[in-house]
Amino acid sequence: MEQAPPDPERQLQPAPLEPLGSPDAGLGAAVGKEAEGAGEESSGVDTMTHNNFWLKKIEISVSEAEKRTGRNAMNMQETYTAYLIETRSVEHTDGQSVLTDSLWRRYSEFELLRSYLLVYYPHIVVPPLPEKRAEFVWHKLSADNMDPDFVERRRIGLENFLLRIASHPILCRDKIFYLFLTQEGNWKETVNETGFQLKADSRLKALNATFRVKNPDKRFTDLKHYSDELQSVISHLLRVRARVADRLYGVYKVHGNYGRVFSEWSAIEKEMGDGLQSAGHHMDVYASSIDDILEDEEHYADQLKEYLFYAEALRAVCRKHELMQYDLEMAAQDLASKKQQCEELVTGTVRTFSLKGMTTKLFGQETPEQREARIKVLEEQINEGEQQLKSKNLEGREFVKNAWADIERFKEQKNRDLKEALISYAVMQISMCKKSLTLSPRLECNGMISAHYNLRLPCSSNSTSSSRVAGITGVCHHA
Amino acid sequence: MEGERRASQAPSSGLPAGGADGESPGGGAPFPGSSGSSAVLQAEVLDLDEDEDDLEVFSKDASLMDMNSFSPMMPTSPLSMINQIKFEDESDLKDLFITVDEPESHVTTIETFITYRIITKTSRGEFDSSEFEVRRRYQDFLWLKGKLEEAHPTLIIPPLPEKFIVKGMVERFNDDFIETRRKALHKFLNRIADHPTLTFNEDFKIFLTAQAWELSSHKKQGPGLLSRMGQTVRAVASSMRGVKNRPEEFMEMNNFIELFSQKINLIDKISQRIYKEEREYFDEMKEYGPIHILWSASEEDLVDTLKDVASCIDRCCKATEKRMSGLSEALLPVVHEYVLYSEMLMGVMKRRDQIQAELDSKVEALTYKKADTDLLPEEIGKLEDKVECANNALKADWERWKQNMQNDIKLAFTDMAEENIHYYEQCLATWESFLTSQTNLHLEEASEDKP
Repeated sequence: MEQAPPDPERQLQPAPLEPLGSPDAGLGAAVGKEAEGAGEESSGVDTMTHNNFWLKKIEISVSEAEKRTGRNAMNMQETYTAYLIETRSVEHTDGQSVLTDSLWRRYSEFELLRSYLLVYYPHIVVPPLPEKRAEFVWHKLSADNMDPDFVERRRIGLENFLLRIASHPILCRDKIFYLFLTQEGNWKETVNETGFQLKADSRLKALNATFRVKNPDKRFTDLKHYSDELQSVISHLLRVRARVADRLYGVYKVHGNYGRVFSEWSAIEKEMGDGLQSAGHHMDVYASSIDDILEDEEHYADQLKEYLFYAEALRAVCRKHELMQYDLEMAAQDLASKKQQCEELVTGTVRTFSLKGMTTKLFGQETPEQREARIKVLEEQINEGEQQLKSKNLEGREFVKNAWADIERFKEQKNRDLKEALISYAVMQISMCKKSLTLSPRLECNGMISAHYNLRLPCSSNSTSSSRVAGITGVCHHA
Repeated sequence: MEGERRASQAPSSGLPAGGADGESPGGGAPFPGSSGSSAVLQAEVLDLDEDEDDLEVFSKDASLMDMNSFSPMMPTSPLSMINQIKFEDESDLKDLFITVDEPESHVTTIETFITYRIITKTSRGEFDSSEFEVRRRYQDFLWLKGKLEEAHPTLIIPPLPEKFIVKGMVERFNDDFIETRRKALHKFLNRIADHPTLTFNEDFKIFLTAQAWELSSHKKQGPGLLSRMGQTVRAVASSMRGVKNRPEEFMEMNNFIELFSQKINLIDKISQRIYKEEREYFDEMKEYGPIHILWSASEEDLVDTLKDVASCIDRCCKATEKRMSGLSEALLPVVHEYVLYSEMLMGVMKRRDQIQAELDSKVEALTYKKADTDLLPEEIGKLEDKVECANNALKADWERWKQNMQNDIKLAFTDMAEENIHYYEQCLATWESFLTSQTNLHLEEASEDKP
């Protein structure tokens, strides 16, 4: 399955419509508010395999966000944001798309969907949601959930989430997911009816298993370590990046202060006046250029954040394995002890420090009938136990096999996506440098030209002003 | 050409003849030193008679010219204008080269202070030798400045670096402070050397050449403390009376100075702030690169990419450092010097006003017959000359100063812009080479169009 790497030019566009990274099938069909990049709509069609039959048929987008008020569970007024999910079906041959479904969902419904998927697909690395609260915020960014920039970035994140599920070979077939996209009312009830909350493993149990398990598959242990490292290093990176962004913002904005001073100064300067004016103007433009630059960088940060959250998804799979393994070990242990009990009863040997031994000493030996009954019970239990053990073993192995397959898939996706993200970071830096370079040469030009004029002709500002104007507005070609 | 130039830089009669410039054959050629009438010298030296009108100047009473006979040489003729400018621009005319370096700490029982080594190289005749090396401390510079101000009250004397900076000083003599001061002192002396009048000042010469004991004994001469105090009191008193008739051009000058002072102070603050922000940016960036290296330890497939990103970030970091140092070397000292200059200028305006006030008060006295009026007319005549000389001196020096200021400021900002350009070019190159290496690695469509 070959993924066409995204065109770097696409990454440059400020329209935050592309899915973050590239979901498996290279689906770039982000039809958004501004409908840029519309050419990518049909790209999904080409790279379909039997695994992603969904994508042959539909395109999904989260195209709008809207502020709403309503009453919450406690009947209190609250404000929340709703997101419009549009599903389009794509005709094979001509790539035209037809809107089939559109409905509004809020963030909590996305959360519900994910919780459901986590329970029913414990062997899958379930794609994460965009962050609930703004983190790694730097000075200018608002931590407010209602902030339009934050909402916009969340819209993109949610779209990405849906696209990742839709492009996952297994998850895309889930009925609840299908209903999420198509059934507006009653969906919550439908999900809850599955009773998935009850099926969820208790956290406590999982924690217990993590500590007590004796022989987890080494690959999973390694994976856990890896996910811990990934989480820690990405958090660190995001923190420092936020600080760097803050400082960079400061540098650019302080330059803007020159603008006002220069233009005030130019009022009293006869010879230098024009030069000062345009220098001041350039400072202003320079200072304001940072806003777009840093907005782009936020998207890069979001790409990294996705993998930060993916680390948690990885850990969830590991936990499930540990739980199953622990369960298996406990069952085996239980079986072994029962077998031993049975053996003891049969052979009549009693170990001094066993419970049997104690009770024998205290209460006297039991009757042969009692013993027979007990042996029978035990034998039944042992049979059951062996069956259970066998099936648990099978389950465990199935789980490991499937989980590992998905993990391999995930690894490839991660490598692709992170590489792309790093490259897009480089592209952003390049664009920033180019932008700033287009501003600076003119500054230099003005200074040099005016300086030249003033050295040659110390007075008579009249004659110099016209040629200076020409110099300023003319194009300066510096190599 | 030579003669004209000499005429335009004609020094005062009190100073060694202005003929001592680099053009004279064999530097040490003896000129009739401090001859009483430079008019005689001028006649000897001048080969051409185009500037005969300039000779008129020297008939005035020397005592009232406050030792600045540059003042009559108003660049009224285009010829002299060109001369003036050429004189400024062509540094091969420079015959006095001064460097300030090697700060050294001296500890005595009473105090600790720093001296700076001053090396002077010259081809001028009035100097006994062609090379001098002396050590001076900040106090000596202060003394020199005071003497120059005394001798030329309405000339724009270059500013000295501040005595000390209260804010942010951990110890009195940390290395950065000393280095900044050294550079500023170097600038100070060179500005004096480049000034057409001040360069020939006697105290300046002594400062550059005298041994320590010579200097201290010379310092002790000159008007005593009491008389200087008396002068100050009179000056303050007269300035309190206010200047009623400040001529129009000086009103303009005053307004310019006020505005300029405002603006340059703001620019100074902004520039310092930019430096601070860039420094903090640099500090954060330093941490940014290594994180990628850390990350590469846990990623097998992304090792190269991450390491490359880290090295790009590090290179950009170094470029930032360079940009910062460019700022602190080119822009900040220049802007700061002009902040100090703006204070100097206000002082100069005050002194000019004082001189005028003296005249005005005498005129008032005459008009209202307040005091003994016999001698007044004569005094007034002298004062009128004095005022005229002072005004002319200031006007000429003002033009020169403004010219320099514009050039210096422009140069400083041009340099800063160039530094910025280099910085961005370097960063651009770094990231572009990263991109090409990545795309080459994967043989992807290499149509990286660069808009």
